[in-house]
Amino acid sequence: MVSQSNICLTLFSAAIALFIYVGLTYMLTNQGYRFDVGWFLMAISPYQWALTGVALAISLSVSGAALGIFATGVSILGGGVKAPRIRTKNLISIIMCEAVAIYGLIMGIVISNSIANYSTNDPTLIAHKYRAGYKLFGAGLTVGLCNLFCGVCVGLVGSSAALADAQNSSLFVRILIIEIFGSAIGLFGLIVSILQ
Amino acid sequence: MKDDLFFNIDHGYLEGLCRGFKSGILKAPDYHNLVQCETLEDLRLHLHSTDYGSFLANEASPLTVNVIDDRLRDKLVQEFQHLRNASYEPLSTFLDYITYAYMIDNIVLLITGTLHQRAIGDLLPRCHPLGTFEQLGAITIADTPAQLYSAVLVDTPLAPYFIDCISEHDLDEMNVEIIRSTLYKAYLDDFFKFCKDLGGVTADVMCEILAFEADRRAFMITINSFDTGLTQDERAKLYPTCGHLHPDGLAELRRADSYEAVKEEYKLLFEGAGSSTGDKTIEDKFFEHEVKLNMNAFLRQFHFGIFYAYLKLKEQENRNIIWIAECIAQRHRSRIDNYIPIFP
Repeated sequence: MVSQSNICLTLFSAAIALFIYVGLTYMLTNQGYRFDVGWFLMAISPYQWALTGVALAISLSVSGAALGIFATGVSILGGGVKAPRIRTKNLISIIMCEAVAIYGLIMGIVISNSIANYSTNDPTLIAHKYRAGYKLFGAGLTVGLCNLFCGVCVGLVGSSAALADAQNSSLFVRILIIEIFGSAIGLFGLIVSILQ
Repeated sequence: MKDDLFFNIDHGYLEGLCRGFKSGILKAPDYHNLVQCETLEDLRLHLHSTDYGSFLANEASPLTVNVIDDRLRDKLVQEFQHLRNASYEPLSTFLDYITYAYMIDNIVLLITGTLHQRAIGDLLPRCHPLGTFEQLGAITIADTPAQLYSAVLVDTPLAPYFIDCISEHDLDEMNVEIIRSTLYKAYLDDFFKFCKDLGGVTADVMCEILAFEADRRAFMITINSFDTGLTQDERAKLYPTCGHLHPDGLAELRRADSYEAVKEEYKLLFEGAGSSTGDKTIEDKFFEHEVKLNMNAFLRQFHFGIFYAYLKLKEQENRNIIWIAECIAQRHRSRIDNYIPIFP
C-alpha cells in the first residue's frame, strides 16, 4: 500500500515538473502564443464532444449501478445463509440500482438522437453547432457522474438494509425509505440532463 | 471511502455470514430457560431449540459437562474454520493473528505437561484446535527455551515473538508462566500494530478492543504476582504496551504493591467489585466490559472487527453455558445467575 502511494506521488510530481518545464520553455523563448487553449478547443470537433458525452453517460451510470449491485448482492448472499427470508425482499434494492443504469441508457439514447449532420460555413451557425456539442457533453457528464454516485449510495445502503433485515425484519421498510431518497439523486441528474 | 466501496468485493459474503452467526447467539429468554433446567438432559433439550440444533444428538445418555464443553468448542471451531477457509487477504492474515493466541496457550500447555511427566498422547487432545500447527507434537523434546526455539518454533508464525524470552534458564513452572506472558505481550503488540496499519474502521474498532485487552492483562499480571517472587522490573517487562495505560499507568502499576494501589486506575470498573463471594469479582467486571466492547463492534459495517468480536462473544457464551451446566450438575444453584449476559 505504501509503495503504491509512493509510486503515485512520484509520477504525479514528475508530471507537474514536466508541465512546468515545458511551460517555462515556451514562455522564455517567446513562443507563448503557441500554447493556445482556444485553438485546442476549436480543433476538437463538436461531434467529438457530443459523442464523448454519450460515452460518459452510459459508462459512468453503468459503473455506478455495478458498484451498487455487487455491494448489495454480496450482503444479501451472506445474510441469506442464516436468514433465508430476506432473499426475495431485498431484490428491491438491486432493482433500484438497476434503475440507475437505465437512466444512463435513456440519456445516452436521447443524446445520440440529437446528433445530426451539418455542413455550413457560416460562423454564427458554426458557433451554434459548437454550443450544441458542448451542451451534449455537459448533459452526458452530468447524468454519468450523478448516476455513478447514486448507484454507489443505493448499493451501500442496500447492503446495510440486507444485513439489518436479517437481524430484525421491521427495519427493512425504513431503510428502504433512505434508499428511495438516494435514488432521487440520480433522478435529479436525469432531469438536468434532459433540460440540456 | 475505499473501505466502504470495495470492502464487499472480497469480504462482503463473510461479513453477512458472520452477522448471521451472531444473530444465533443466545438471548435473555434462552438463558432463562437454561437456568431453569433441572438436569443436563433438560439442558440438551433446550439447546436443541436454539441455533445450536442437534449438536449434542449423538452423545451417549449420561451427559457430562466435559462432553458439552468439547462439543461447544467443536462447533465454534467449525464456524471459525469455515470463515478462515473462505477468506481473502488481508482478512485471512487477520484471522490467523487471532489463532496465534491459541497457539501460545497450546505451547504453554504442552511444556507444563511435559514438566509433569505426562505422555504426549494425553496432552495433544487437550490442545485448542484453533491453535494447532504442524510442529506442535515436537515441543515435548525441548529442555530449554533456546532449544525450543531453534528446534520447533523457528518455522512457525510465532518465531518473532520468541526473541524476548530466549534465556539460558531451564523450563520450570515459574518460567513457563513468564514465557507465556512475554509471548502474549509480543503477540498483542504485533496484532495492535497490524490493525493500526490496516487503518479505517477496522483500526478504530480493533485498537479499542485490543487496548482494553492489554490493560486487562497488565492488571491481572499485577494482581496475580503480589505473592510470588516476581520483582517489579520483571513484572514491568510483561505488560503489553498497546493499551490506554501506557506509559504513565503502567509505571504506576509497576510500583503498586497491593490490591488497593491497583484500584486507582480504571476506577469505574473496580467500583462494586469486591472480593467477597457475593459480589462480582474483578474478572467478571472485565468480562462484562469486554462483552460491551465486542457488541459495539457490530454497530459498524465494513470492517474486520466483527470476526474477532464474534469469536470472543461465542467463547463467552460457551463459558456461560458451561457455568450453568456445572451449577446444574453439582446441584449448587445459588450462583447460577452469575453468567455474563450478552444481549441485555
